[in-house]
Amino acid sequence: MNELAQAIPYFGSRNPRVARGIVLALMLLAPLLAGMIGNTWIRVLDAALLYVMLALGLNLVVGFAGLLDLGYIAFYAVGAYTWGFLASPHMGVHLPFWIVLPAGAGLAAMAGILLGFPVLRLRGDYLAIVTLGFGEIVRIFMGNLNVTNGPQGINMLDSLNIFGWDVSRNIQITESFQINALTSFYYVFLLFVVGSVIVMRRLQISRIGRGWAAIRDDELAAKAIGINTRNMKLLAFAMGATFGGVSGGLFGSFQGFVSPESFTLLESIAVLTMVVFGGMGNLGGVIVGAVALSLLPEVLRYIALPIQQAIFGKVLLDPEVLRMLLLSLAMIFMMLIRPAGLLPANARYSREELVKGLKEKQA
Amino acid sequence: MPTDNATPILQLKDVKISYGQIQAVKGIDLELYSGELVCLIGANGAGKTTTLNAISGTLPIASGELLYQGQRINTLPAHLRLRQGLALVPEGRGIFTRLTVEENLRMGAYTRKDKEGIEADLERVYSMLPRVKERLAQVAGTLSGGEQQMVAIGRALLSRPKLLLLDEPSMGLAPLVVEKIFEVVQTVVKEGVTILLVEQNANLALEFAQRGYVMDGGKVTITGSGEDLLKDPKVRSAYLGEVDEAA
Repeated sequence: MNELAQAIPYFGSRNPRVARGIVLALMLLAPLLAGMIGNTWIRVLDAALLYVMLALGLNLVVGFAGLLDLGYIAFYAVGAYTWGFLASPHMGVHLPFWIVLPAGAGLAAMAGILLGFPVLRLRGDYLAIVTLGFGEIVRIFMGNLNVTNGPQGINMLDSLNIFGWDVSRNIQITESFQINALTSFYYVFLLFVVGSVIVMRRLQISRIGRGWAAIRDDELAAKAIGINTRNMKLLAFAMGATFGGVSGGLFGSFQGFVSPESFTLLESIAVLTMVVFGGMGNLGGVIVGAVALSLLPEVLRYIALPIQQAIFGKVLLDPEVLRMLLLSLAMIFMMLIRPAGLLPANARYSREELVKGLKEKQA
Repeated sequence: MPTDNATPILQLKDVKISYGQIQAVKGIDLELYSGELVCLIGANGAGKTTTLNAISGTLPIASGELLYQGQRINTLPAHLRLRQGLALVPEGRGIFTRLTVEENLRMGAYTRKDKEGIEADLERVYSMLPRVKERLAQVAGTLSGGEQQMVAIGRALLSRPKLLLLDEPSMGLAPLVVEKIFEVVQTVVKEGVTILLVEQNANLALEFAQRGYVMDGGKVTITGSGEDLLKDPKVRSAYLGEVDEAA
């Protein structure tokens, strides 16, 4: 919250209380504002929140523990498919969300450990390649197995039903006013995001968090101060995967169907870009990155198409291509202007402070 | 000082260490007694750092016996060895560059839970390393090499080690700074911590150490008291940069 408020340029640091209020109001009113333009925009916001959760989970692995993971979307897939198996006509079982979501999270965590074991001794580029392979393996399996219904995926997933409240049903309040199902989803997702942020906050300042930070900075030194690096790395993979699994389940319930094409390498890269763009290791930064990079392409989609139509008379660049272009451009600009991300992790050591420290030393 | 009947705090019996197919240490015997400062010298690639990493548990040994306080620790993981008082200051210092000096020091007490003991030890480290105390709030990455080395030693001390393994504390430091580091090392020994020191700077190391082992090609070739080794013509010619006049 605070970090998000600080993120508002100039205003944030000068008037923190008002800035916090603005952030809070935006968070709560966003779907209503978006609803005025069109329901599509609420859907975009819902998707953005799912991306925020994914980015938070990946940030745990990449930002906290320093393990570059290019196959993170696999855990999202595990969560979504768990929902597909346990709550759809596909298997004929319809379990409630409080069983399915934890099951998805648990399975994802197991997948995380499964991935973690063979890559314990890898780092950097090598780790990235193996995790990338893992992500692809999961996707290809889902696309070729009979139980997962191959490339067609699983249809008619149960929607989120929270103790009798079917989130996917519109709530009619008066004749003319109703709360849209998409809006309900927004608030449910928001609740999950807030929960995740609280858990992450706690984790970051805990012994575990400090252990991860040590491994990220210098693995040998981490071992030398008595950190069980093997277990800590496995824990990072498992916990990161848990968040992926939960958001995967939510995604399944929201979308109503799952198919392998939602879990491509490009998605992994997109989530990683959000983390890096926002500021690895900094929760506020990651949230900003995820929101920005999931909203901007949609905005572009609605602006770019008419513009292309008007200027060239036909569509030259597909919106999907534009999205990748935008992600790449975002990365390049960020590297040039803010190499540590929009909101860098150790903002408490500002450039001025570092320079001051250096000067003091020379004096 | 070695006495006849005492158990060594650390004992290596015919320890071999390999990186895949390549045997880096080809059977080494080494003994360390409580309160000693012993140095391990030798040329690049002699296997000094490898030996040290194996003792600390960051590298597995291929064969032989590794005894710590009379107990076999061949397969004990590194983090458990630390809990028993066996601490390593890795080569190239290995401090956490993004944390402040104080945070670095406190990280050294990662395995400990006794709050008062940690605070007391922090004060002890501050009094031993006054330079470090002046820079507590500074980000460790902005320190000079010598100061970083001191932080690394201080951090290791916060785990309350009985045996401290120091890997080339003088690496890349100016001669004046190296002397300061060695002063710190001596204070640590006076506090009752046993030290095994790996050094390239053989002259200085032997001057301070009670005993020394000379390694070459993965084996211990010469061993003796610091003074004897300093006088040994073979050691002088090979590691102290003197021309062997007899040859």
